[in-house]
Amino acid sequence: MNMFVKPSRRTLLQGGSLTVAFSLIAPALAQKAAKQEGPALPGDLKLYPKLSSWLRLEEGGKVRLLAGKVEIGQGILTAFAQLAADELDVDIKRLVIVSGDTRVVPDEGVTAGSQSVQYGGVAIQHAAAELRAHLLSHAAEKLGAEAAALKVADGSITAPNGKSITYWDLVAGQQVEVEATGEVKPKAAAQRRYIGKPVPRVDIPAKMTGALIFIQDLRPEGMLHGRVVRPPAYGAKLVSLDVAAASAMPGVAKVVRDGSFIGVIAQREEQAIAAADALRRSAKWELLKGTPTSDTVYDWLKTQPAKDIVIKDVANPAASQAKDVVEAEFRRPYHMHGTIGPSTAIATMGADGSMLVQTHTQSPFETAAAIANMLGLPKEKVQCEHKQGAGCYGHNGMDDAAADAALLARAMPGRPVRIQWSRNDEHKWEPYGSAMVVRMKASLDDKGDILDWDHEIWSTSHGTRPGGKAGNLLPAQYLEKPFALPTPVNGGAPNYAADRNGIPLYEFPGVHVRTHFVEKFAARASSTRGLGAYANVMAIESFIDDLARRAKVDPVEYRLRYLKDPRAREVLQKTAEMFGWSKWQAAPGKGRGIAFARYKNLATYTAVALEAEVDKATGAIRVKRVSSASDCGDIVSHDGVINQIEGGVVQSLSWTLKEGVRFDETGVRSEDWTAYPILTFSEIPPIDIQLIDRPGTPFLGTGEASQGPTGAALANAVMDATGVRFREVPFVPSRIRAGLV
Amino acid sequence: MPKLKVNGRSHDVAAPDDAPLLYVLRNDLQLNGPKFGCGLAQCGACTVLVDGQPVRSCVTPAGSVTGQDITTLEGLGTIEAPSRLQQAFIDEQAAQCGYCLNGMIMASQALLSRNPKPSEQDVRHALDGNLCRCGVHNRIVRAVMRASREA
Repeated sequence: MNMFVKPSRRTLLQGGSLTVAFSLIAPALAQKAAKQEGPALPGDLKLYPKLSSWLRLEEGGKVRLLAGKVEIGQGILTAFAQLAADELDVDIKRLVIVSGDTRVVPDEGVTAGSQSVQYGGVAIQHAAAELRAHLLSHAAEKLGAEAAALKVADGSITAPNGKSITYWDLVAGQQVEVEATGEVKPKAAAQRRYIGKPVPRVDIPAKMTGALIFIQDLRPEGMLHGRVVRPPAYGAKLVSLDVAAASAMPGVAKVVRDGSFIGVIAQREEQAIAAADALRRSAKWELLKGTPTSDTVYDWLKTQPAKDIVIKDVANPAASQAKDVVEAEFRRPYHMHGTIGPSTAIATMGADGSMLVQTHTQSPFETAAAIANMLGLPKEKVQCEHKQGAGCYGHNGMDDAAADAALLARAMPGRPVRIQWSRNDEHKWEPYGSAMVVRMKASLDDKGDILDWDHEIWSTSHGTRPGGKAGNLLPAQYLEKPFALPTPVNGGAPNYAADRNGIPLYEFPGVHVRTHFVEKFAARASSTRGLGAYANVMAIESFIDDLARRAKVDPVEYRLRYLKDPRAREVLQKTAEMFGWSKWQAAPGKGRGIAFARYKNLATYTAVALEAEVDKATGAIRVKRVSSASDCGDIVSHDGVINQIEGGVVQSLSWTLKEGVRFDETGVRSEDWTAYPILTFSEIPPIDIQLIDRPGTPFLGTGEASQGPTGAALANAVMDATGVRFREVPFVPSRIRAGLV
Repeated sequence: MPKLKVNGRSHDVAAPDDAPLLYVLRNDLQLNGPKFGCGLAQCGACTVLVDGQPVRSCVTPAGSVTGQDITTLEGLGTIEAPSRLQQAFIDEQAAQCGYCLNGMIMASQALLSRNPKPSEQDVRHALDGNLCRCGVHNRIVRAVMRASREA
């Protein structure tokens, strides 16, 4: 034991076995198994209490930051760097960040649900604070001074007597192998240099200049190009295929057929594409019959056997005295994640039968386990290395492409095989955000106040991430010995899934919220930004707007009657003020709308107000301007949060105005950007985002907060402009025109 | 076998004439700037300049641009010395994932070359065929306006 292995209560009890058990390959298992009790540690530091799991002092005055959460375009690595640099008192340039490599980073599960700062960020923040304190206690001995009297500047510790030593000289090549104590508090807000300050994103210069940063840019030595030929429709079975003709095409190294899974490997990318096209033309398929379509899916949802899940049931006996009962039903179609860069992966099978998969997955550990399951390999034989991809906004084709690459790499040991999905692959085969039906019912008294509130949801699953199971991987479902899709479950409290944000933050005397969870699928579906929150907030905020209108009360004032949380009230009022709600002038064809939600009822508070114009002749809607205030607690990156909220506003406007996946028995018809258009530059309004900063309070997740309120604010503005309530997304001109007749 | 002039340098490329320029640039010349987004000329991620004009390299046969001046994102500037336009994108932090930015920057470069002082409307119009899914549009417009202002 060197001086940096400070015996904690834990290591004493276990005879130092933790230090021994720690290995580079499986840092996770050892600590997870050992950690049954101990100090209360925040976020993912609970799972990995060893400081060296997160931070390592390296030669050349560098600090290696190891993160299980990954960059998906949300700027999270910069936020982690800010947290670590501040608490460790080093210049941010000293940080070398490694994330999502299952061989070296802590297993922090999935990067999703707007939780990366809440779980990963706080772990890094506290690990850095503890590491600093630990280094100072040793420096105190060495420099002959009290730890409290030492000053640190950029990793250099100075005592009042003028003596100084750097962190790196202090550890002399060793790592600090101690566990967090839970007793070191992060810095006060006033002492921060990076947290909450404008810090440019660490990844942006490379992305602006074509430096190597994306998975698409990796070209390992000897790499071959693979392509997969997907069936024409869900569940189709391959009847026949001309393998010989494709195998003889230029550059083709191998055609792989396993059941209804077809892949090809070639020397050059365009050769792989040409061979895949030839295979596609020669393939004969047997299609499933009688499957639901995008037109029949809403009736299908309501007539399927379902699990009924009640998440809130508070009765108001006075509801029986209601003067009025109002009902409305809302529909949300399947929405695509719609990444700009189709899913890509590179897999390499080593001579020892191990598989390395380079992937832009959000769940490197669980995806590695699922691929191992698919290939029949022991778990430790498959490792994933995360590399950045294009923005994903949830679970898209990322993991399926990783599985495709692994299947092809298995057929070509020793050679890295790169898979890049086509636009058609991504549009047709990514797992969409589930279609939903939401029925609202309110009992009102004679003044139009709400006595009882009833929210009923019909939905398929919002979560089919790999989770270590091959059945969740698309290609595994089509192999000769197929893996069945596991029966999905709806996520429970406190995050929820289909019923996310189903419970209103408004305080009504009676509240009932239940979900009819359909275990079957009409189309592939999985986590898409906000899960059920988009449809639930659309429904709640459209409905309460109508109730305000019915009561002849201003919609902001009506909401404030039921909104008791002071932070929620402040966000709503600030948004109204930013928009100029009270002095707004009505005009023909013009409308204003406002909406509010606290994401998951536990994360960021966001309200959105906007102005829209509706051309009654064409049905075209134009959003003129958007104002939005958010309270996300303590803010690590002000600009990063604004960017996320604004991006969510744009994406939600796009979903609401334009998007809905079309499919029928012959397959998905939304095959490219012409068939599934999204919002473009000339359609995007000025957007004003403001934040209410609360330094020192808990971080609140922000990445998905504006999806629901934006769609609802738009629906309310269209109602205001036309006097007609539209309850089915998307609000395409044909639907609006038909509704106005 | 096309002879290509890319970022001021000539290359004899061992690729068929009908290979899409995008794959030749990315795979044979190992350039990262132009990105595959759709292969259908619908999204703009693969945009390069050919004699100063924005071209969708995913649907352009490599053999069709032999002898012409091809400029990719790498030809504008480097991470150490970004061009004024690239620097403006950095200054505005005009990115989330950054995947579409190659196309945004190349299309904006073409715009600024023919119209150094565009209006905001001009910028939106010039970029209307370039798709961004993260919702960074307004930042991108600000970056182009900044580059124009600082020119």
